[in-house]
Amino acid sequence: MEPLLMQADQLPQWTALAPALALGLTGLLLILIDSVDPDSSRPALLAGIATVGSLASLGLAGWFLSAGTGQAGTGGGISLFGDALVVDGMALFFQALFASVTALVVVASYDYLHDHPHRAEFYSLVLFAATGMALMAAANSLAVAFIALELASLPSYALVAFLKRDAGSVEAGLKYFLIGALSSSVFAFGISLVYAATGSLLLPDVYAALSGGVEGLTGVAAVGILMVAGGFAFKTASVPFHFWAPEAYEGAPAPVSAFLSSASKAAGFALAFRVFVVGFPLDAGIDWVLLFQVLAVVTMTLGNFAAATQEEVKRMLAYSSIGHAGYALIGLAAFSGGAGGDVLGASMAHLLVYGFMNTGAFLFVALAEHWGVGRTFDDYAGLASRAPMASVAMSVFMFSLAGLPPFGGFFSKYFLFMGAIDAGFWWLAAVGAINSALSLFYYSRVVKALWLNDAVGEFELGSTPTALYAAIVFAAVATVLLLPGFAPVIETAQSVATTIVP
Amino acid sequence: MIIEALIGITFLAALVVMLAPDEYAGKLAFALSLLPVVGSLYMWAGFDAGGNALMAGSIAYQTQLDWLTVAGYDLQWFVGVDGISLPLVVLSTVLSSLAIVSAWTPIDTRQSQFYGLMLFMEANLLGVFTALDFFLWFVFWEAVLVPMYFLIGVWGGPRRKYAAIKFFVYTNIASLVMFIGFMALVFNLPVGSFGLPEITQSLQAGELSSFVGLDPATLKLAAFAAMFAGFAVKVPVVPVHTWLPDAHVEAPTPVSVMLAGVLLKMGTYALLRFNFTMLPDVATRPLVATVIAAIAVISVIYGAMLALAQQDLKRIVAYSSVSSMGYVILGLIAYTGLGIGGATFQMVAHGLISGLMFMAVGVIYNVTHTRMVGDMSGMADRMPITVGILVAGAFGYMGLPLMAGFAAEYFIFQGAFASTVIPSAPLFTAASMFGIVIVAGYLLFAMQRTLFGEFSLETDYEVRRAHFHDVAPLAVLLLCTIALGVAPNIFFEMITDAIEPVVAVVGGGA
Repeated sequence: MEPLLMQADQLPQWTALAPALALGLTGLLLILIDSVDPDSSRPALLAGIATVGSLASLGLAGWFLSAGTGQAGTGGGISLFGDALVVDGMALFFQALFASVTALVVVASYDYLHDHPHRAEFYSLVLFAATGMALMAAANSLAVAFIALELASLPSYALVAFLKRDAGSVEAGLKYFLIGALSSSVFAFGISLVYAATGSLLLPDVYAALSGGVEGLTGVAAVGILMVAGGFAFKTASVPFHFWAPEAYEGAPAPVSAFLSSASKAAGFALAFRVFVVGFPLDAGIDWVLLFQVLAVVTMTLGNFAAATQEEVKRMLAYSSIGHAGYALIGLAAFSGGAGGDVLGASMAHLLVYGFMNTGAFLFVALAEHWGVGRTFDDYAGLASRAPMASVAMSVFMFSLAGLPPFGGFFSKYFLFMGAIDAGFWWLAAVGAINSALSLFYYSRVVKALWLNDAVGEFELGSTPTALYAAIVFAAVATVLLLPGFAPVIETAQSVATTIVP
Repeated sequence: MIIEALIGITFLAALVVMLAPDEYAGKLAFALSLLPVVGSLYMWAGFDAGGNALMAGSIAYQTQLDWLTVAGYDLQWFVGVDGISLPLVVLSTVLSSLAIVSAWTPIDTRQSQFYGLMLFMEANLLGVFTALDFFLWFVFWEAVLVPMYFLIGVWGGPRRKYAAIKFFVYTNIASLVMFIGFMALVFNLPVGSFGLPEITQSLQAGELSSFVGLDPATLKLAAFAAMFAGFAVKVPVVPVHTWLPDAHVEAPTPVSVMLAGVLLKMGTYALLRFNFTMLPDVATRPLVATVIAAIAVISVIYGAMLALAQQDLKRIVAYSSVSSMGYVILGLIAYTGLGIGGATFQMVAHGLISGLMFMAVGVIYNVTHTRMVGDMSGMADRMPITVGILVAGAFGYMGLPLMAGFAAEYFIFQGAFASTVIPSAPLFTAASMFGIVIVAGYLLFAMQRTLFGEFSLETDYEVRRAHFHDVAPLAVLLLCTIALGVAPNIFFEMITDAIEPVVAVVGGGA
């Protein structure tokens, strides 16, 4: 292993971007194939290329992570393009997360799109969005942050509206786009105000300028920071820019919902973590931690209570993903300088576990849509007797999302709440724990429908979609294995998070 | 390594059975479940620990590996057994195997899932009784709930969904309360891990610091209350027992056997390990001891009275479990060697006897399809062997000498009578003894009406003979009960050895 690990340091600097490049190049390759063979008569080839591309990205990110690229041991983050991008442990951690989710979604889509004519476009849009997310994780300047955010968002709009004959899908796409456009402009305006106050777009320079005092412009900077936070609230589906999420997740093809609610949300957090921790000092009179405390509490409570009242599984999952955004916000809400790395890392680890369990849950919905069983809890009744394996997996996702101990979600939530208590915000942990306990109610409704209720009418499930099944089972295995295997995840997350704290 | 092997094999067996075809699942599950039985008996044969695992005693079959670190606390894979946990490990494996056999007749749908879940539950139960790290223990503790939820909810009676959810919600909220109570303790101790021995010893060395204005004594009291409340639901004691009859009545027979036989013991085991071993200074406060002793006596009497009022044989046995668990609590709070020892012994004895009773009722139900006392009479006519064993088991329940129940209750009464911890201990003991009279009353009454007299049956089922494999587990359980009654030292010696340090802390005497 040692010689291989050495090599990562000896490569040219730009190769540190390889995980992002792998995603982007695969997307381009798919477009090339599509233009040569526009009828895309070889669906397996397209899906195979997209899968290999995302797995390659995952492999590269994993290799760099274990080799210590960009981490304290090998000289810290690798700065590229005049410091506009930085590849460090945190960027790689998130890139590995995005690549995993992308791989799952791409594999699952193979069956979901079985008679859809535009598969190459679908895969390339997914990969371009993933590229944007990978860059969001590495953005070290507000300009790059904005461009990466748009690169991730624009393909997402198209993906949500991908089923263009389906009125729900198109409507969802439009709503997502309108709110996205609004929040992008808020974000861009926020960036311009921060620039006006500090004279720089590079995060470390912004930090230095704000720490040094910005004579009379503190108010401008504060409004700017508030607006930047608004941009993140949109991307992470947090209050107050969360309205789009239930609509978009419900209308979108289920694999796209999985992609948006797992990867896209994590990307928003990746960017938010870096911009706020690296760019905006806490001791400059702008107390953004307070802002995130309010947002975290409101987001998790609102998401949970709304989820409890839903009748459709996909909408319930959409609101539950808002609730989980609230948990992940604890990473910033309980941040307190020096020791803040631990809670930040816990939040990252939670996003990773969430990436698997939430993607899996949405993919189960994709499976149900593929079979044509309905959307409500009642329609899921008795599915377990027809599809026991997938139902076991779905039960694992539900219990893990609720934070029951035998699954990965328990540890990630526990570490998150403990991190908050350690940082002195025990009330934040208490709100989180109460919400988490309540969430068992609506998650267990799915399990109850699957296993305990009898099917209402006869229904034929038709063929077994192998790829979709494989993706679901893989996500379930990962969710279970993340309990005994949580140690490396949390250790990596906390150590890489600590290094970005200035 | 044998504990890892035991748990690992059982998990693996669960997986194999889950994937097996329905026709063979039952037989396969039984065959595989014999492996942990052999393993646990081997552990019993080679057992060489001394003292209490939590109080610097030597731990048998110990493994201690670092798992991960959270906020400065090590989480470990830390397992091992002492004289308290080993009997419960043996009980779990034996009862699981027998419960699996007793499921062959009543379970006729989705067998592979049923037996897979039974084995999955067994694996987690083994984890609960062997884990010595709080986190590891908690993971197993909660993981037991998941298969139980499905076992009741999928294969249960008409109101199974209600019963399953009630069970799940009750016990989950209880776990949360307990978890918070325990965490409040740990975070104010200068310990570096969640290892139960380390926490216990640190607590007893008086190293607890105060927390948000609560001085250590108050904090201990609060934690004790939270943990007691959490575990009391699991035991269960009056007034948090209401989930139990629902769960029992709706659960299929083999699941009732596991619920009464092993799952209730998780509660009393945890009470002994956490509340009574870690916080003896709280438990021995006169007021606390009085309250707990009163709860115990009320559970004994009220549980028995409720049983007296039932018409459903399964409800009778279920409520009498509440009564029997009351004795365990009384024995624990007595803080004498015989009291706590008897309570621990009662956990095993009651596991065997209540398992036997539920199975016997199940066998009768299999052939008659009714459990109502008024619906049948003279069953002894048609199924003499089953009825014979049921009667023997019932006498065991009433405390017939030379059966395990007698030994256990005798120890408890003896220990509670001499207790210096419970104020006016003889009074409480005497009051609880009335429970025996009521137990004898309702069991004899129910048996007389259903088992003896002229045969008649008010359902339209033809009564066939019970299968051999229905009756065989009953016979095995009866033999085990008698063996433990004749020679309690099979377990009692190691139990006494392990509880001695607990008693010594409060100077409770024998």
